[in-house]
Amino acid sequence: MKRAFPILGVLTALLLIYALYQALVVAPTEQTMGDVQRIFYYHVPSAWTAFLLFFVNFAASLLYLIKRKPAADIVALVSAEVGVVFCTVVLITGPIWARPVWGIWWTWDMRLTSTLVLWLIYVSYLFLRRFSSSGETPVLAAALAVLGALCVPFVYFSIWFFRTQHPQPVMGGGGSIDPRMLHVLLINWLAFSCFAFLVCWSRYRLEKLQRDVDQAHALASLLDPRGGVR
Amino acid sequence: MKSGIPYLFAAYAVTWIIHSAYLGTIVSRYSQLKREIEQLKKPGGRS
Repeated sequence: MKRAFPILGVLTALLLIYALYQALVVAPTEQTMGDVQRIFYYHVPSAWTAFLLFFVNFAASLLYLIKRKPAADIVALVSAEVGVVFCTVVLITGPIWARPVWGIWWTWDMRLTSTLVLWLIYVSYLFLRRFSSSGETPVLAAALAVLGALCVPFVYFSIWFFRTQHPQPVMGGGGSIDPRMLHVLLINWLAFSCFAFLVCWSRYRLEKLQRDVDQAHALASLLDPRGGVR
Repeated sequence: MKSGIPYLFAAYAVTWIIHSAYLGTIVSRYSQLKREIEQLKKPGGRS
């Protein structure tokens, strides 16, 4: 497993470089928006990856609520944290794309607002995990994550249910896309998904190590003849 | 429409700045943890 990580890291880096090349050079220039439309190849895959990670967080939280397995709790924490990072990318690249195309940085329409609310829910989840010292924190956080996950399909399909300035979804929506653009989009999504997987993997190892060290500290306190309980 | 290159560059740069910053926090936490482990390994050592 230790050897697999650097190999996968190099492969992912190469894939990200290839995906960048596809997005900037190979993908055709959109007729109305011009080159700024290429933000699409970072904005949409980041959103899909964030949704995927929030789904993993949901599944792991549910598993933790049922089985109380510490590994499920770690997976839930890690996927939420990395999901928030990707969702932050979405919330920042979106306005950068909107400014030259819509003439505004932000509008309080349903897709944008619901994405911001989703981000706030998962940031609250991370705050709860970080600052609550109660022994029940993982259970409370898992319950919050299960409810928070309900927001994900709402965000995705909000553009179906409400009149909005945001374009229709590429997958399962009414919009159409040039096959060459779709190809580049999928390559970028694959690259970002591999990247997210590796980041989650390293964050998982870090969290597990952190918990082991915390346990060791607790044990050392108990055995310490200078002040601990013997 | 005017050239959107500066916006395109900004969006791509911001994406990698955010990811790099997050990776930086992981690396820094890992280094801190390694120091703690070294401390724990010392005989009678406890931070």
